[in-house]
Amino acid sequence: MSDLVTALLGLGPQLAEHVLLSAAAVALGLVLALPLALWAARSRSVARVALGFASLVQTIPALALLALFFPVLLAARSVFGEGLPTLGFLPAWLALGLYALLPILRNAVTALTHVDAEALEAADGIGMTRWQRLRHVEAPLAAPYVMAGIRTASVWTIGAATLATTIGQPSLGDPIFAGLQTQNWALVLAGCIASAALALVADALLGLVERGIATRRMRLAWIGGALALLGLAAAGVAQVRPGGEAGRDTVTIGAKSFSEQYILARAIGMLLEDAGYRVDYRDGLGSAVVHEAVASSAIDLSIDYTGTLWANELKRTDNPGRQAMYDEIEAWEQRTSGAKVLGRLGFENAYGLAMTQPRASRDGIVTIGDLAGVASGMTVGGDPEWFERPEWRAVTQAYGLRFAAQRTFAPTFMYNALKSGDADVISAYTSDGRIAADNLVILEDPLEALPSYDAILLVSPRLAKDRKLAAALAPLIGAIDVETMREANLMVDRENDKRSVDEAARWLLDELGLRNGG
Amino acid sequence: MAAAPAPFLDFDHVSKRFGTTLAVDNVSLSIARGAFVALVGASGSGKSTLLKTANRLIEPDAGRVLIDGTDVAAGPAPLLRRRIGYVFQGVGLFAHRTIAENIAMVPLISGDGRPSHARIGELLDLVDLPHEIGSRYPDELSGGQRQRVGIARALAGDSHLLLMDEPFGALDPITRASLGERVRALHDELGLTTVMVTHDMAEALLLASRVLVMEAGRIVADETPAALLAGAGGETAQTLVAVPLEQARRLGGSA
Repeated sequence: MSDLVTALLGLGPQLAEHVLLSAAAVALGLVLALPLALWAARSRSVARVALGFASLVQTIPALALLALFFPVLLAARSVFGEGLPTLGFLPAWLALGLYALLPILRNAVTALTHVDAEALEAADGIGMTRWQRLRHVEAPLAAPYVMAGIRTASVWTIGAATLATTIGQPSLGDPIFAGLQTQNWALVLAGCIASAALALVADALLGLVERGIATRRMRLAWIGGALALLGLAAAGVAQVRPGGEAGRDTVTIGAKSFSEQYILARAIGMLLEDAGYRVDYRDGLGSAVVHEAVASSAIDLSIDYTGTLWANELKRTDNPGRQAMYDEIEAWEQRTSGAKVLGRLGFENAYGLAMTQPRASRDGIVTIGDLAGVASGMTVGGDPEWFERPEWRAVTQAYGLRFAAQRTFAPTFMYNALKSGDADVISAYTSDGRIAADNLVILEDPLEALPSYDAILLVSPRLAKDRKLAAALAPLIGAIDVETMREANLMVDRENDKRSVDEAARWLLDELGLRNGG
Repeated sequence: MAAAPAPFLDFDHVSKRFGTTLAVDNVSLSIARGAFVALVGASGSGKSTLLKTANRLIEPDAGRVLIDGTDVAAGPAPLLRRRIGYVFQGVGLFAHRTIAENIAMVPLISGDGRPSHARIGELLDLVDLPHEIGSRYPDELSGGQRQRVGIARALAGDSHLLLMDEPFGALDPITRASLGERVRALHDELGLTTVMVTHDMAEALLLASRVLVMEAGRIVADETPAALLAGAGGETAQTLVAVPLEQARRLGGSA
C-alpha cells in the first residue's frame, strides 16, 4: 500500500507531461476536425472520405500508430532538416492528434448535418450570409455536440497517451511500462490510477462545459473551462523548470522495455553523472525504435545486442560466428550512420530455448535436438518478436522441430507461462535472472543455430567522438559477466524482496567496484 | 383606391423545374403596392415555389422577378432578403436565442446594431405579445406564440413586402383565426404588400383582397374574393371554393 502511495506521489512530472501532451493532441484534433467538418457538412463525398479516413486511423492500434510516426518523421527530415525531432513529443502529439480526430469530426459532422432545417430556412429567409448563418445559427446549435466529441476525444487521448512512453515521450505510461517489465505492480497500478483519475477529471470538467452550453447556463460552462485551463496552466508551470534544465551537454540514454535495459541505462547514467554529465532517460522505447533513435542522435546511448542488429538492421540471416559478427556490425555502424560501437559489455543476452529443470530431466532433454521427437506434443512460447525472427526459422529447420502450438507472451508472462504449464518450452533470454530463480535449463545448441547476442554499447553520431564520454564508460567494457547480469536482473524481476531499478544499478556498479563513496 | 395602382412586385415569365417536374410554368403576374394576395392551390401546385422566387430562396430557371422595378437577382441575395419579411409554417426560431434576440437578429445582421429595448417592445406589441416574453426561450412558448414571434421578426427590418408560406398551417383553428385577423390588421396599419401561400380557401377568402389559384405550375384563376364567391374563376377555383361553402351550409343547416 505504501509502495503505491510512494509511486503515486512520484508521478508529478509524468502527470504534467501527460496533461500537456493530451491537451495539445486534442487541440490538434480540433484544429483539423472543425474545418474538415464544415467542408464535410456541405459535401457528402467529402464527409465520406474524411470520416472514412478518421475511422481508418482509429482502427490502427494506438501503439502502432505512435511507432509509425518515427519512420514518417525520419523520412520528413529530408524536407525539414536534421533538426526535426523523431522521438518524444512531436510524434506522440501528431499520432494522438490524429487519434483525437475521429470523435470530434464525427460529432461535428453529425451535428452540422442535423441542424434544425427550419432554423436554417429562417436564417436564409431573414438574409443571413453564409458566414453569419454559420456564426449565429449552425455553430451555436452544433456546439453541445462538438463539445461532447471533444470530451470523448479527451478521454480516449488521455488513455492512449500512456503509450507515448514507447516513443520516448514521458507520460503516465512510464510507471506502467516499467512496472510491467519488472513485475512491480504498485508502479503499474499507480500509472493506471493516475491516468484514469486524469481522464475522469477531464471528463467531468468538459462535461460541465458541455452541459453549460446545452442548457444555456454559460456560467457553468465558464467554470468548467476555467478549471480545465487552470489544470493546464499548472501542468505548464510544472514543466518549465525541468525544461529549462535540459542543456546542450545532456546525454540521453535510451532503454528498451525490459529490466536489463533499465538497470544498465541507470548504471551508465550514474557513471556519467559522476563524470559531470547531465543525464536524461528515454525508458521503455520500442525495440525497433531504439536503433534508429541512436543512429539519428535522437538519443545518445543505447545498449543493443549483436544478434538483434545482425538480423534487424543488417538484414543478415547467416551466422559467421561471434567475433566476425561483432566486427562487421562495428564497421557497418561506422559506415552507415556514424554511430560508434564502444564495445562489448561482456555478457550475452541470447535467445535460448528453456524448460523447467524437472521437466527436462524427466523427458531426458539436454539439447535442442532432443526436442525433435517430443515437440509434436508441446506448446512453445515466445515474446512478440520471436516467431518472426530468423533464429526461430533457423532453429526449427536445423533440428527439424514441429511444435503442437505456438503462443506469444509479453516477456514477463512468458516465464509465468512456463511455470503454469501454459508453455512447455520458451524462447528465454540467457541473461535473465529468472533462469536461475525459476530453476530453468537452457537447452544446448550443438548445431549453433542460434546466433550470439553480445550486449554492446552504442554511441550516437553526435557524441561518437566524445573522448571524455568514452573514458567514463570504459570501465563497463568487458566487465559484466552473465552471472552478475542475471543476478542484477533477478533483483528487480523477482516477486519477493524486489529491488528498484536504481538499487539494482547501484548494486551492479558496486559489484564492478565502480562506485566511489556511499 | 386609384384606378391603376403602381405595380410593386412583378413576376415576368418565371419558370422553375425540379427534375422532370415543372413546378412553375411560365408565370407572369403583377402585384400592386398595398395588395394582400393569397396564393391558393393543392399540394404540389407550385405556389410555394413561386413565392420563394421573390426572395430568392429559390432561383428561377427562366424569367425574372422585379420589386419596385428592380430585378431581385441584381444584388446579393442576403441584402434583398433583409428588406423582405418572410414567415413560414415552421417558424424557425433560433432555439439558443431569447425571443428578444430572435427578433433583434435582422437589424443585427444588417449591421444596424442591436435594436433598443423600446423597439423590441414595439414589435412585440404589434403581434399582441407581452414584453416579458422577450427574455424567454422559444421552447417555452406555445405554437401560436412562436408564430407571433416569427411575424415580429419578419417585421423587424422595416419591410414593406411580407411573404408568408402557409404561416398558420400548424396552428389550432382558434389561434389560426385570431392570428389571421392580426396579420390582416398589421397589413393595413403598416401599409404592407403581402403575399400569402395557403391551401385553405376559406382563409384566403377571409383575409385577401385578391386570390390567385394555381394548378400544375400555372395560375388558373385571378379573382377578388367577392367574384370567387359569385362563381367566377373556373372549375379548379370553384372546386376549392365549394369546400368551405358546403361546410358553412351544413353547419347552417344543423344549427
